[in-house]
Amino acid sequence: MMNIKILAFGIAKDIFGGSTISIELDENATTKQLKTQLETAYPRLKQLASYMVAVNNEYADDAGLITEHDEIAVIPPVSGG
Amino acid sequence: MNTQIEIHTEPLNVQSCIDWIMSPHSGGIDVFIGTVRDMTKGKTVVCLEFEAYNQMAIKEMEKIAQQAFDNWPVQKILIHHRTGVLAVGEIPVIIAVSAAHRAAAFEACRYIIDTLKETVPIWKKEVFEDGEVWVAAHP
Repeated sequence: MMNIKILAFGIAKDIFGGSTISIELDENATTKQLKTQLETAYPRLKQLASYMVAVNNEYADDAGLITEHDEIAVIPPVSGG
Repeated sequence: MNTQIEIHTEPLNVQSCIDWIMSPHSGGIDVFIGTVRDMTKGKTVVCLEFEAYNQMAIKEMEKIAQQAFDNWPVQKILIHHRTGVLAVGEIPVIIAVSAAHRAAAFEACRYIIDTLKETVPIWKKEVFEDGEVWVAAHP
């Protein structure tokens, strides 16, 4: 298992109750597995219009692998400008 | 440098953006200024709160600028975005594009603001008299 720190922004901060959370994730988990685990722990994520995961400042595919020292962020629908 | 991409916590300065983008090689400069509107769907807006994932937001804005350079003959691109609490009338975003001829500047500027709103990790919360809402969060 690996302990992953996740950054939250916008409404994800409200859903997580803070700007960072930590979760235990299987070694070599995919982004999809991370999302499934997050949605189980924080069901309100499923009510969002959509959300993305960013790994090391890039939008990640569901199949992408996550490793322990990656910078992971949950990106709810953006609304800048 | 032909791009200037920044996120500021202090008020944006329109004149300094124009000063940076001006060039004797340009025949036209297009400047888009986003401003905080006083109403959303009939409700009075008290203020907006902007939050950014700074490092990634800069990276995404750099990608958009590169796409604009790839698609239009433009010379310089400036994108400044503000974060924090903004009152009605304040400026969350300034985009400035220079080109030899105006069509490219207009089209690239439009592309940059439209794409920024879709891909750049920046969020705004609308604060009303009776509550607040993260824009676009829910269907």
